[in-house]
Amino acid sequence: MRSKPLLKQLPSLLLYGLLLVFLFPFLLILMNSFKKTQYFVENPLSLPTSLDFSNYVSAFKNMGFMQAFANSMLITVFGVLLILVFSSMTGYLFVRFKWKLNKALFFVMLASMTIPFQVIMIPLVMIYGNMQLLNMKITLLFMYMGFGIPFGVFTFHGFIKGIPYELEESAFIEGSSRARTFFQIVLPLLKPVVVTLLVLDVLWIWNDYLLPSLVLLSPGLKTLPLSTYSFFSSYSVDFSPLMAGLVMTIIPVLLLYLFLQNQIIKGITEGALK
Amino acid sequence: MNKKTGLRNAGTFLFFGGPSLFAFAAVVIVPFIVGLYLTFTDWDVRTTDHSFTGFSNYAETFRDKAFLTQLWFTIKYVFFTVLLSNAAAFFIALALSRGIRGEKWLRTGFFTPNLIGGIVLGYLWQTLFSQVLPFMGEKYGWSWFETSWLTDTDTAFWALVIATAWQLAGYLMIIYIAGFSSVPADVLEAARIDGAGGRAILRKITLPLSIPAIVICVFLSVSRSFLTYDINLALTKGGPFNSTELASYHIVQKAFLSNEYGIGQAEAVVLFAVVAIIALTQSFMLKRLEVES
Repeated sequence: MRSKPLLKQLPSLLLYGLLLVFLFPFLLILMNSFKKTQYFVENPLSLPTSLDFSNYVSAFKNMGFMQAFANSMLITVFGVLLILVFSSMTGYLFVRFKWKLNKALFFVMLASMTIPFQVIMIPLVMIYGNMQLLNMKITLLFMYMGFGIPFGVFTFHGFIKGIPYELEESAFIEGSSRARTFFQIVLPLLKPVVVTLLVLDVLWIWNDYLLPSLVLLSPGLKTLPLSTYSFFSSYSVDFSPLMAGLVMTIIPVLLLYLFLQNQIIKGITEGALK
Repeated sequence: MNKKTGLRNAGTFLFFGGPSLFAFAAVVIVPFIVGLYLTFTDWDVRTTDHSFTGFSNYAETFRDKAFLTQLWFTIKYVFFTVLLSNAAAFFIALALSRGIRGEKWLRTGFFTPNLIGGIVLGYLWQTLFSQVLPFMGEKYGWSWFETSWLTDTDTAFWALVIATAWQLAGYLMIIYIAGFSSVPADVLEAARIDGAGGRAILRKITLPLSIPAIVICVFLSVSRSFLTYDINLALTKGGPFNSTELASYHIVQKAFLSNEYGIGQAEAVVLFAVVAIIALTQSFMLKRLEVES
C-alpha cells in the first residue's frame, strides 16, 4: 500500500498544524514588527514586503531598551547566584547537622512555600519603605534571595541526602575544614540540581513584574517587564514599534531556551513534581 | 557537649545558614507576621500611629461589594482556565506520547509560551484581540470577532481565560507527559491483546493511572490562576469599567492606589484562605480516585 507512509505521517502533520495555530500570536507580532503601523492597521495578516528595522530602532530608543536589558541582566544573574550559593550551603547544613533547631527551621521553610506573594507584598513595601530601602537594586536582589531560598534549600536538601558521607570523611581526616570540604567536594556533585534551579529561577526573575514594580520606582532602574509596561501605556496608538519591543523582550529568553531546552523541560518537570 | 564543639557548631551554623536565614526571615517571615498583625489595625499610609481594631478589616472585606464581586469573578475565571488548560494539555500530551516523529520538537514548541512573562503575554494577546481578530472578523464575516473582545465584560472574561490557558497548557503538558510515561507498557500491551480499543484504553487504563498527574496539574493551575496579576494588568487593565478585575489586581489597587493597607492586607489573607481551601479540597477529592497499576 503506497498511501501508508502518508497515513503514518498524518498525526504528526496534524500536530504541526496545531502547533502553528498555537504559536500564531508569536508569528503575528514578528511579521508585523517589520511593517509600518499604517500597513499593520490596513492588513495585519499581510507579509512584510521588506526587512524594515525602523520599528526596532524606534522601540530601542523609546523603551530605553539597553538600560532595561542591562538592569534585568544584572538582577537576574546576581539574584540567581545568591540563591544558588546560599541555598546549597543551607541545604547542606540541614542534611549534615540534624539538630532540633535545623529541623524546625527546615519545616518553617517548607511551610512558607505555600504563602502567596500577595500576602507578603503590602507589609514588605511598608517595612522597606519605612527603612528608606526601596528604589535600590540591592534591595530587590536581597528580596529575590529571601523568596528563592526556601525552594532552593528544599531542592538541594533532597539531593544532598543521597550523597554518601564517606566522600567527605576522608577529606576531614586530611584536615580539610567544613567550608573547604563543602566547596571542593560537595558543590561539584550538585551540578544537576544547580542546572534545574538555575533554569527555574532565571525564568522567574527575568519575567517577574509585580515585585520589581513595587520596589524599583525610578525610570533608570526599570527592568524589561517594567519598561515594556510603561512603553505600552504611553505609546498605545503606534502599534508597530510596540511589537518590535515585544520581539526584543522575548529574544533573550528564546535564545536561552534554544541552548538549554532539554534542561529547561527537565527542570520544569522536576520542579513541578516536588 | 563541651564548650569548644559548641562554639564550632555555632560557627558552622552561622556560616552555612546565616545569610540565607537572615534573608528568608527579613523578606518572608517578618513581613508575613507583620501582615497578619496589620489586618487587625486601622493602619494606612498617611497615619503614623495606628490602633487595634479587631476583626473590623475582615468585616469590611466581606462588606466590600467590589471585592466580593471580583472574588466571584476570579473563581469563575479559575474554573474555566483550569478546565481549558488541563483539557488541552491532557490531549496534547496524549498525542505526544505515542512515539510519532518529531515529538521532541513539538513538545519544545508547545512549551514556548512559558518563556514569556505575564506582561509580554498580555500585550501579545491584547494586540490579537483588539486589532487582528476584529480585522479577520470583518474580512471573513465572522460576526463573533467583529468588535474587540476587550470592550465587553463577557468576552473580555473569555479573552483572559484563553490567554492564561494558552500559557498554562504548555506547562501542564510537560507534567502530563511525565505522568503518561509512568503508565506501564505491559499493561497497555495486555489490554491491546485482549482487544481493547483506543477509547477503552484511554478510559479504563490511561485516565485512572494518570490521576496523580491530574492532581498535581489541577493543584498547580488552581493556585497559579488564582494569583494572576500581570496578564490581567496587560490584557484588560481591569476594564471595561473595572469589570474584569481579578482578586489580585483588586488587592494591589486597594493597597497601592487607595492606600488602604489594612483592608488590602485582610483581602489578601482571605484570598490566600480561599486558594488553600479550594486547592486542598480538590487534591483530596481527586486522590480518592487513585488506583494502583
